[in-house]
Amino acid sequence: MKAKAVSAPYLVWMAIFIIVPMLLVAYFAFTDSGGAFTLDNIAQVGQYSNVFLRSIWLGALSTVVCLLLGYPVAAIVAHSSLKRQSVLIMLVMLPMWMNFLLRTYAWMTLLEDSGFINSFLAAVGLPTLHMINTQGAVVLGMVYDYIPFMILPVYSVMSKLDPSVIEAAQDLGADGRRVFLRVTLPLSMPGVISGVTMVFVPSVSTFIISKMLGGGGNLMIGDLIDMQFLGTAYNPNLGSAISLVLMVLILICMGIMNEFDDGESQGGGMLL
Amino acid sequence: MGEKPILSLQGITVAFDGERVLQNLNLNIRDGEFVTLLGPSGCGKTTTLRIVGGFVRPDEGDVFFDGKKITDLPPHKREVNTIFQKYALFPHLNVYENVAFGMRVHKKSEKEIRRTVHEMLEMVSLTGFERRSVHRLSGGQQQRVAIARALANDPKVLLLDEPLGALDLKLRKDMQVELKKIQQATGITFIFVTHDQEEALSMSDTVVVMDKGVIRQIGTPQDIYNEPKNAFVADFIGESNILDGVMHEDFLCEFAGRRFPCVDDGFAAHERVDVVIRPEDIDVVAPSADTLTGTVTNVTFKGVHYEIIVDVKGFKWMIQSTDYQEVGAEIGLRIRPDDIHIMKKSEYSGMFGDYSTFSDEMEEDMAAAEEAEKQE
Repeated sequence: MKAKAVSAPYLVWMAIFIIVPMLLVAYFAFTDSGGAFTLDNIAQVGQYSNVFLRSIWLGALSTVVCLLLGYPVAAIVAHSSLKRQSVLIMLVMLPMWMNFLLRTYAWMTLLEDSGFINSFLAAVGLPTLHMINTQGAVVLGMVYDYIPFMILPVYSVMSKLDPSVIEAAQDLGADGRRVFLRVTLPLSMPGVISGVTMVFVPSVSTFIISKMLGGGGNLMIGDLIDMQFLGTAYNPNLGSAISLVLMVLILICMGIMNEFDDGESQGGGMLL
Repeated sequence: MGEKPILSLQGITVAFDGERVLQNLNLNIRDGEFVTLLGPSGCGKTTTLRIVGGFVRPDEGDVFFDGKKITDLPPHKREVNTIFQKYALFPHLNVYENVAFGMRVHKKSEKEIRRTVHEMLEMVSLTGFERRSVHRLSGGQQQRVAIARALANDPKVLLLDEPLGALDLKLRKDMQVELKKIQQATGITFIFVTHDQEEALSMSDTVVVMDKGVIRQIGTPQDIYNEPKNAFVADFIGESNILDGVMHEDFLCEFAGRRFPCVDDGFAAHERVDVVIRPEDIDVVAPSADTLTGTVTNVTFKGVHYEIIVDVKGFKWMIQSTDYQEVGAEIGLRIRPDDIHIMKKSEYSGMFGDYSTFSDEMEEDMAAAEEAEKQE
């Protein structure tokens, strides 16, 4: 009874700011501008399938890059001395203290055709590179912005791993590679799963990074939704429909992911 | 039991952050022996075990296995397996996969793995638990899985790091018997680390008593108990009255202001010594001119016997007797020659063996403090 009373404000908050908006999104998605029920909006989403594919592709690519870069960093931090750990974690978080928009602008000035990097290359007599308005620039921006969300959950799981379990694996004859594949990796999977979720979801639905670093040619779902609400194409009903479809797609991706995790934790020893 | 050592530690010295943990340790262990490293926390016993396992590299000295130097061999290449203090089972694997881990790493055939796992689980009475997650096992069962997992690798030497520390008393006793049985059945050399002297005495062929990174005595349980080399060993292994004494000549010593015939020899004339008398060896008799006489100051019922503290001219003795004595009563203490054990003076002289500060309350306090320390 008491616990219920304590959680009441939270439940009210959830209802007002999470449940109601989601219902509103669903309502707009299935109605036209006059408020009558229609499936037209959902049907129209199909014509943007290339944008969906690009978003999922770039989101997945960023997630993989974040994982490949972030996992070793998390492992290194988790194996440092306690004092060192807090310094390293602060360094990981440091960019997040700066405004997200500002960071992305900074990348623009670095990557532009006449930007910092190219000016430098020209100054030392090297050929310049076209970097801005490419998919590579979008992925770079997303990796830069979201990698802390990969490092932190993996680090927090790894730092709690019982070192004697690692020693037990060595004791039973496992060399470094086998210890990693059979013990460390499976035991750090919960951190990997939440890291992947925390990077993939914002990556797929990002809009400002793709607009600023990807130019007009690398439109992502986030930009599309943005245009329906604030842009020239003003159509909140279509925007809601796109949001709804995106939500469903992300849920499906996460579902597959969690399925994979369960399989991993039960049959980990069967691998190899 | 072979005579040639299977494992030999020579001149091992280890320091952590400048603090000496082991100092010039030499130890030979024969094939098939049940050896216990016994000592208080911080004596270096676990470090010694970790050196054998390959988890700690000694600063000085070498480790030999079957005559070959293995000092620099990493843990996964050593033919020893460890049972860790908190079991260290793999939480992501079930019982079967935990036991099979070592064999999978060594690429054994699926058929052989199945047979061995079955055999091992039968030995530790866990048949039928194959598919069980290790989270859903009791402490005793997890312990058994850890034993099965280590033995499935067919080690030459098994290292056990206080494996029974987390079990309750009853289970502990059962596991002691079971471990001893397994050791005798398999013939594997066991190196067992504990701070529990009773455990050490009841299970081992050889007990190695350690303190402050130095081996204080190596011997059979009987030797260690009956012929302690110094006051530390005498006090750590059971209760002892340790008195300041003089060895006048062979077979004649003096302590507590009286001369006693004894069975020890080989000391210099009038050499100052430590005299040990076990509480259970002292007979309570009627006070007379021929006996030590004292006043009972404290009596505690311990189940099997009474623990009686007697004040004899300021020195408080402990006596264990099945007969009750009244507090305040005058009693005589009779000590036979073969109950007297003479030790050379050591750095521990005068530190142990006087029960003048003895009280049950204090013992409980100390036990509680120790418990708290362990949980940290």
